[in-house]
Amino acid sequence: MNHLEEVLENKSKEIESGGAEKYHQKLKETNKMFVRDRLNLLFDNGQYTEDGKFANNLANDLPADGVVTAIGKVNGEKVCVMANDSTVKAGSWGARTVEKIIRIQETAMNLKVPILYLVDSAGARITDQLEMFPNRRGAGKIFHNQVKMSGMVPQVCLLFGPSAAGGAYIPAFCDIVVMVDKNASMYLGSPRMAEKVIGEKVSLEEMGGAKMHCSTSGCGDVLAENEEHAIQLGRQYLSYFPGNFHKRTPELEGKLPSLEKSITDIVPENQNAPFNMYDLIDALVDGESFFEMKKLFAPELITGFARIDGKVVGLIANQPKVKGGVLFVDSADKGAKFIQLCDAYHIPLVFLADVPGFMIGTKVESAGIIRHGAKLIAAMSSATVPKISVVVRKAYGAGLYAMAGPAFEPDCCIALPTAQIAVMGPEAAVNAVYANKINAIEDPKERIEYVKEKHKEYKEHIDIYKLASELIVDDIVPGSELREVLVDRLSYYESKEMSAPDKKHPVYPV
Amino acid sequence: MNEIKSSMAGTVLNVMVSEGDSVTSGQELVMLESMKMEIPVEGTEEGTVAEVKVTIGDFVNEGDVLVTIK
Repeated sequence: MNHLEEVLENKSKEIESGGAEKYHQKLKETNKMFVRDRLNLLFDNGQYTEDGKFANNLANDLPADGVVTAIGKVNGEKVCVMANDSTVKAGSWGARTVEKIIRIQETAMNLKVPILYLVDSAGARITDQLEMFPNRRGAGKIFHNQVKMSGMVPQVCLLFGPSAAGGAYIPAFCDIVVMVDKNASMYLGSPRMAEKVIGEKVSLEEMGGAKMHCSTSGCGDVLAENEEHAIQLGRQYLSYFPGNFHKRTPELEGKLPSLEKSITDIVPENQNAPFNMYDLIDALVDGESFFEMKKLFAPELITGFARIDGKVVGLIANQPKVKGGVLFVDSADKGAKFIQLCDAYHIPLVFLADVPGFMIGTKVESAGIIRHGAKLIAAMSSATVPKISVVVRKAYGAGLYAMAGPAFEPDCCIALPTAQIAVMGPEAAVNAVYANKINAIEDPKERIEYVKEKHKEYKEHIDIYKLASELIVDDIVPGSELREVLVDRLSYYESKEMSAPDKKHPVYPV
Repeated sequence: MNEIKSSMAGTVLNVMVSEGDSVTSGQELVMLESMKMEIPVEGTEEGTVAEVKVTIGDFVNEGDVLVTIK
């Protein structure tokens, strides 16, 4: 090694060691990893190629300008990564930080490969604002690029620490946000700022903690126990996706479901009795293949990726065990984004319907349940991937529509023998149609008999064999054979080609 | 004090606990009826029922306190 190489090596090592020792100490105290350790764990064999390592090296105290940008492989496929270094000025953004992030985004777009954002940043360096905030290649360009990349290549956010103010939009524009419990946070204004500006006194956890965002706001998708878990989740998530929208997710070897129980034994015949939809999913999909999105948020609707005989599918299932499986404002939002995500990357959709409808009442009407529901229906309706609608039990009212009912061009609408499709359930319907007559009967016994008779008539009217006879459902299949039916149908529908109608783009209800 | 709240608007169909009962996390405390569905409301932690705030037939809105646990 000559003198020049020695200078280079020393400089390189210094940069790779990140910020001052006290900040490394702080990482340890808060169960956080150094940025380069995260990258070693994320990339296959810990190998990556970095650009801009020497960014701002003349400043001496800003190694790599607080962000590592690199290309490497995850699960054998190329990916681009930007990763904040919180040991350097709390991972804040200077002019070169922003330029590096923009460049790695441009690389991901040019190479058509997924990008991961490993976020742990206090936000903009106010002292550098003129160089990094308002200009053409300032921070705004990062978000502009994210929007441009959306649907082109998968965008994944692993959130290890704060994601503050403007920086909070990086997760917001990603397809998935994994948040590390207790350490990750997202907020436009910090608790300190909130106290100064609006007088509110709250903790960081309340303001924008991982649990809050994964369960209440819906800004987070998956709550990770720790950093290793978050990285493993990021790697697993990518295994369900192609590298870009031109490609398809590779198939894997099929596996038997983890739950060895017939679906017939899982689904109760009584339409109103709750059961656990997770059991049905476990009995339906390949063992250990289920990756749930937004598990803690709006749990009355389950959304997640899984494999059925090795093929990736997106599952949208009502959960009768939570809020009766009724659709609410948040569940509609959750479903809409999930469907868009699957449709963007050619992931077929399987709907498991057991839904009494959209919630009614003043609370949800004033929260705009109609326009939120419209989002879900619009997303489902405009999806051009294979769509399989399985009516497990009831599918009432607009619930049938939201779960890819016959009018929404599913490739098929199949019913289990327990299926019941109607504008509303028997109790509500009989009451709606015969309320005056029922009230006019004075003898209580006679009244009960009358209602019973009407229930029976109504049930006959919506009998699933009658609906199959009218070609409303394409087939009735026993629960015990549902998996085999889906395996066959998914393989038939693989060649589906459907383009969106000729127009610029729809006007989405929001 | 742990407040068990109604997950959605509905009518109280059944109250399965009374004051002084010990309860566990995940135990069904109240059964609501809403949208013609039975909606179980479960306890979120172990403790003793301090107060039952509803009776059968009451209308409750989302977020209303049903039971308090100490």
